[in-house]
Amino acid sequence: MRETPVTPVQVTGTVLTTRRVDAYHALTVVAPGIVERFRPGHFVAVAVGGPGTSMLTRRAFSVHDVKPDYGGTVEFVFTAGGPGTAWLAERRARDTLDLVGPLGRPFPLPRDPVTCVLVGGEYGSAMLFAVADALQRRGCRVDFVLGAASADRVFGALRARRMGETTTLTTEDGSLGMRGRVTDVLPGVIADVRADAVYACGPMEMLRGVTAVAVEFDIPVQVAVEERMACGIGVCMTCVLPVIGDDGVTRMVRSCVEGPAFRGERVRFDDVGTIPFDALGAPGGGTRHAG
Amino acid sequence: MPVDMRTYLGHVELANPITTAAGCAASGAELAQFFDLGRLGAVTTRSITMAPRAGRPTPRMAETPSGLLAAVGLQGPGVDAFLARELPWLAQRNIRTVVSIGGGTVAEYTALARRLTDAPGVTAVEVNLSCPNIEDRGRVFALDGAASAEVVASVRSVMRYDVPVVAKLSPDALDVVSVARACVDGGADALSMINNPLGMSIDTDAMRPSLAAVTGGLSGPAIRPLAVRCVWQVHAALPGVPIIGMGGVLTGRDAFEFVLAGACVVAVGTALFHDPYAGLRVLRELEEILAARGFHRLADAVGLAHRPPGATTRHRTDFEESPL
Repeated sequence: MRETPVTPVQVTGTVLTTRRVDAYHALTVVAPGIVERFRPGHFVAVAVGGPGTSMLTRRAFSVHDVKPDYGGTVEFVFTAGGPGTAWLAERRARDTLDLVGPLGRPFPLPRDPVTCVLVGGEYGSAMLFAVADALQRRGCRVDFVLGAASADRVFGALRARRMGETTTLTTEDGSLGMRGRVTDVLPGVIADVRADAVYACGPMEMLRGVTAVAVEFDIPVQVAVEERMACGIGVCMTCVLPVIGDDGVTRMVRSCVEGPAFRGERVRFDDVGTIPFDALGAPGGGTRHAG
Repeated sequence: MPVDMRTYLGHVELANPITTAAGCAASGAELAQFFDLGRLGAVTTRSITMAPRAGRPTPRMAETPSGLLAAVGLQGPGVDAFLARELPWLAQRNIRTVVSIGGGTVAEYTALARRLTDAPGVTAVEVNLSCPNIEDRGRVFALDGAASAEVVASVRSVMRYDVPVVAKLSPDALDVVSVARACVDGGADALSMINNPLGMSIDTDAMRPSLAAVTGGLSGPAIRPLAVRCVWQVHAALPGVPIIGMGGVLTGRDAFEFVLAGACVVAVGTALFHDPYAGLRVLRELEEILAARGFHRLADAVGLAHRPPGATTRHRTDFEESPL
């Protein structure tokens, strides 16, 4: 049985700052214990609704930034969609939040100083800046491709321009950067910068497209998926997706413990939301099953 | 003075009455990152099946008011991998383990019991008669007393004599007491209730069912009154049978409610998704509640709500501690 390399902790954190970033909300929480264990790609699971809440599942957010201030702060970015995130958006400085983290398998980083393209869709780009920072400390060249439906949904364009050698922005309505999707410009960027690897985070459809481009160029691609979770710690079994293992066998793996970072070509994007007939333990897969 | 929290599942003594609910603690290792699982009375595994199971497609989960609707479909590694890796991992740490088993036929339950009978580290076997997630909706054993009894009798006949067999019941049964009675007649040493009632939710934006499996098992505090009712009715009808009570236990108060209704063991399930420490917290809170009400032993509170109106809450002295 594989042990998780980093032991998560549960902390009651204090909200330090809240801010609006275009269409998104960002919360900075003093969360000692999580910060020192954090590596790029980790996420946190946040309880919502306060004590006695009727909302039983935790919300998972990838970590945008960690800082050593005040004993350690964690920042995460989200959209106020449902009642849980709406509650989070109403938090103010000095409110407390129950966090569990850091969770998940972080992004593996290259040993050598190579050139990496970081691709972010919507607020998925929030997690890429910690990756960029770690890559640059290893002497890697970092280039950004960020995209979203419209200008106010592109997260972190300014910071990407400061950190990246080049930054290419796309919006579907043409309100910022190139009109189109990240996958339209990605082949050009990879060719121009002679990229050695791709890191991506965003909606599943985007990750599928980014993986296809990277496979075409025959360079490694790491994707961080955003599946819906109830717990974040690997007990609820709801965040599974079909992933091909080292032995060539497809398994329904939990994106919270085996992910959220996967090798892109190992994820069966076409089969997400189904049980592929050849997955281990699939109904009618040759072995008898209960039921 | 500390409260004596020891309890009995059949003849097996547990250090305290708190266990995890089946399917809510994965392999055990996930929660062990947070605390020593040995501090719980027992850990109940997910339902083990003969072959590996990939489970249901996603989305598998929808949050409902004070509840969680889930259709995981008994995803698990199968009995071979369970016996090779997960059970030894638990046994090495001296964690009391209740192994839940699930099958599609009486023969499959029996085969599972045969595989478990010589495995070290099995404290008890819980027969999942009622998982609403199972692929073939045509056969939910727990709805039918005769079918449930057949499974229980068959498992009991092959299981080691010193391993209690627990029958897990469904509140979807028309008459939970008659199913409970049939299971006890079939040889069940204890009963466990409740499994998730079947529920459904519709995504009003997509105008489609929220779950890929359409229906799912409802859990969480939303089902607690249903669970307390089942425990109450079964304890009233079969006062001598140990009951593992579960259904939306979030706090020590909730666990105490089950104890008063007649449960001698209380399982924590969905709460673990919200708070990985829920089991330990519920145990501590339950002990505090018992102490605050002047109980010296947990056993004195079991089923106490059944006393006739007007009777005092005097502690039961009509039985001595079992020499077992």
